[in-house]
Amino acid sequence: MNLAAIILLPFAGGLLAWAFGSRGASARWLCLVTLVLDLVMTLATLMPRHAGWIEQLDWPWIPQLGIRIHLAVDGVSLLLVLLTLLLGIVSVLASWNEITERVGFFHLNLMWSLVGVLGVFLALDLFLFYFFWELMLVPMYFLIGIWGHERRTYAAIKFFLFTQASGLFMLLAILGLWWVHHRATGEYTFDYVALLGTPMARSTAWWLMLGFIAAFFVKLPAVPLHTWLPDAHTEAPTAGSVILAGLLLKTGAYGLLRFAVPLFPDAAGSFATIALIIGVVGILYGAVLAFAQPDLKRLVAYTSVSHLGFVLVGIFSGSVLGLQGAVMQMICHGLSTGALFMLAGSLQERLHTRELARMGGMWSAVPKMGAVGMFFAMASLGLPGLGNFVGEFLVLVGTWQHHPVIAVLAAVGLVPATIYSLWLVQRVFHGPRHDAWTTHDLSARDLVAQALLVAGILWLGLYPQPVLDSVSGALGHFPAYASVTPEQIR
Amino acid sequence: MTAPQLIACAPLIVIALAAVVELLLISFHSGERAAAIVAAVGLLLAGASFAAAYAYVPTTITALLVVDRYALFYIGLVLIAGLGTVALAYRYFSSPGELYVLLLLGTLGAAVLAASVHFASFFLGLELLSVSLYALIGYRAVERRGIEAGLKYLVLAGASAAFLLFGMALIYAELGTLEFARMAELVAAGGHARPAIWLVGVALLVTGVGFKLALVPFHLWTPDVYQGAPAPVAAFVATASKGGVLAVLLRFLIEVHGASFPSLVLTISLIAGFSMFVGNLLALLQSNVKRILGYSSIAHLGYLMVALTTPGELAAAAVGYYLAAYVVTMLAAFGVVAALSSAEGEAERLEDYRGLFWHRPWLAAVFTAALLSLSAIPVTGGFVGKFYIVAAGAGSSRWALLVILAVNSAIGLFYYLRIVVAMYSTPVEAPAERRPKIPMASGVVLAGLIACLLWLGLYPTPIVDLLRAPEVVAATASAR
Repeated sequence: MNLAAIILLPFAGGLLAWAFGSRGASARWLCLVTLVLDLVMTLATLMPRHAGWIEQLDWPWIPQLGIRIHLAVDGVSLLLVLLTLLLGIVSVLASWNEITERVGFFHLNLMWSLVGVLGVFLALDLFLFYFFWELMLVPMYFLIGIWGHERRTYAAIKFFLFTQASGLFMLLAILGLWWVHHRATGEYTFDYVALLGTPMARSTAWWLMLGFIAAFFVKLPAVPLHTWLPDAHTEAPTAGSVILAGLLLKTGAYGLLRFAVPLFPDAAGSFATIALIIGVVGILYGAVLAFAQPDLKRLVAYTSVSHLGFVLVGIFSGSVLGLQGAVMQMICHGLSTGALFMLAGSLQERLHTRELARMGGMWSAVPKMGAVGMFFAMASLGLPGLGNFVGEFLVLVGTWQHHPVIAVLAAVGLVPATIYSLWLVQRVFHGPRHDAWTTHDLSARDLVAQALLVAGILWLGLYPQPVLDSVSGALGHFPAYASVTPEQIR
Repeated sequence: MTAPQLIACAPLIVIALAAVVELLLISFHSGERAAAIVAAVGLLLAGASFAAAYAYVPTTITALLVVDRYALFYIGLVLIAGLGTVALAYRYFSSPGELYVLLLLGTLGAAVLAASVHFASFFLGLELLSVSLYALIGYRAVERRGIEAGLKYLVLAGASAAFLLFGMALIYAELGTLEFARMAELVAAGGHARPAIWLVGVALLVTGVGFKLALVPFHLWTPDVYQGAPAPVAAFVATASKGGVLAVLLRFLIEVHGASFPSLVLTISLIAGFSMFVGNLLALLQSNVKRILGYSSIAHLGYLMVALTTPGELAAAAVGYYLAAYVVTMLAAFGVVAALSSAEGEAERLEDYRGLFWHRPWLAAVFTAALLSLSAIPVTGGFVGKFYIVAAGAGSSRWALLVILAVNSAIGLFYYLRIVVAMYSTPVEAPAERRPKIPMASGVVLAGLIACLLWLGLYPTPIVDLLRAPEVVAATASAR
């Protein structure tokens, strides 16, 4: 399948939904069909047959500056593209009943934020990458700012300012790298493959890498740059929270994996210790704060800080297993957090509150919801057999090889994770009932969406090998990940 | 003058003729429609004459003017700005056509600036532009704020012209020439015995130009003029006026290799840094949309100055591209303000824009696109423009300025978002009175501007080609 088509299909779907979607149902169906079609076509035509790039597309764009439309997919980006499309479908289903106003415009923004995310995962030209990186912010800003909850304006502006401002430092770094490459080779290019291995002074590499790191750490988010996240996740509508937590955070991790480390391997190597410490602090801090939240969505938001700390540790662990675990954790976190946010959205729709104090004893009223909630709480605490366990375990084992202290501290983070996950289930579904809630359980549509996510988590937990192979096949040929070879894994 | 010279400067001649025709027309026929049509047709014909003029570039016309691709590019921008202003002004002022005479003369002044290579034509063009702006800014003589703005501009522009003339006089006293190219030769040959005087002259010149471009610390008139002037005129001040002046400044600096004088680079860098910070920080405090746009224009000229500190072709390309995007964006932004306003009352308070998206979706979309372009978000021309500026700065390792630029872009985002938030927030109550319909001319122009904005953002290749023409740099040298 043509790689441009993967991006253009949701783009066109969004436009059509806007044009013909004034009455709601047509917009929803248009988006759903587009995304399913995109997912099926991607699955059918792109499979990681071999290591390295599976498929590429390279068109000229602004030749005078060396800018090309260079898209490519390897094992890692393929997994993330599939995750994007799956969560896109889930978010369309999740907003079916929730969004009743300005439905066409909502779906335009929903689809175009997916376009931005897909572009980020596929772009191999740094200009194009930055282009998509900034592009995904605008529709997400509208999703939060128009359809969000009580403090939506504040949250939307905070989100936009944090991500855009950090992105500007990445822009400086990209142009700096472009210039350094030009001075070294006499060639103007933004092409990732050409820029790999550009010779430069140690200090230059450090500064340029920090520019990239600034953008990726805010998106990831790494403590202390995470403060936009709880607000944005809490105030966004359900679909917005699913895309934010499931996908936007992953663009930060992907950026580290694809750009920051391979472009500046030496600088990243000496930065690793700092990154690992920041990662561990994130794991512990996010978990402790999650425990203290009175708001269900805020609780889930802080668990993201904790879980993405594992991703950060995995990326900088300097080991095969750590990298595989990081990617595994990215995907599983996308699925499980997406499900939890959907559940929070369903609860809010029924109870008109997100406050844990006002919930309780819901199991008897909504048993299906309770079962789904229990399942994903277990996934979140890392129960063996579910995907998140594989991710966290691989990260811990990988980190242990070179950084045992970090591994121990990160493992300590699993304890509060257990507590807040069980506490979540306890507060919402068990205990005495505060009110005589009489409400309907999950609808068939919600169940379909949740079933997709349950199946994903189970598959990843029970048979993760294809994902692990895909990751090592993709990263093995980068000098920065030289230790990652398929042989080592088998 | 020979035939090729006449053809080469046809765009200028056509604008001048259009002004004369307009004068004759309004003496005999009072009607806004005819006057607006003559002005628009005149500007369009001037644009059409590019086809003929292009065959003869580069051509020098006496010692004063040169028509090269550089000049044609900036004249084209000025024409677009003029044409846009004419369309926005139509139906906005319920007055007969003197306005269009002034607009045509102002456009002519800016176009002359774009083609001038001599201090005499530099000053002539500048005054032609300024004099029409005095009258245009104070055009709504019934309103106190309009008069205040006009007077303020008159006094400060007069003072800045004095600085400019003094600077020119110092340079002439030192080098004995008024031609840019000759100056370049003399400076290169070390013919200036006292470099201090030459540099002071250039600094005074930059000061004079700084007033026109509203750079800190010469920016004090800007917010009042932007607020007090009618919206279409404010658009003209922001685009045509600044475009012409910037064109001549850039040409001068490139010809005399301004970037090779460290003290001059330092001066421009300081001006750039302060303009960015002052413009953006003060814009944060405003709640009046026109004042926000005024302060943000200070910041944007600061961004442009970053490129002026760098030598060579990349700087010329960056300035040209940024200016093109800026002209289109500002016209669109003020176009929306103008479309929502009438001569009786301007829609300038932030509350006037609350919930705009829900009852005027297209206008709100245009304004959103313009604001996103000002904050340099991809797909819009402003993004490629800023990218170019940063590329030029990176090429000369102006890292401190670039970091300031990045920080300021983030600050700028904040107040642009405030307007966007207002437009998309739920309206408090339904608008009481039926708002006036947008005139067709404005609608067409706004749609065209947005198309240009997207084109500049998505497919910059053809315009970059125009900018990278080698004559741009060595214009006069090759013409001689």
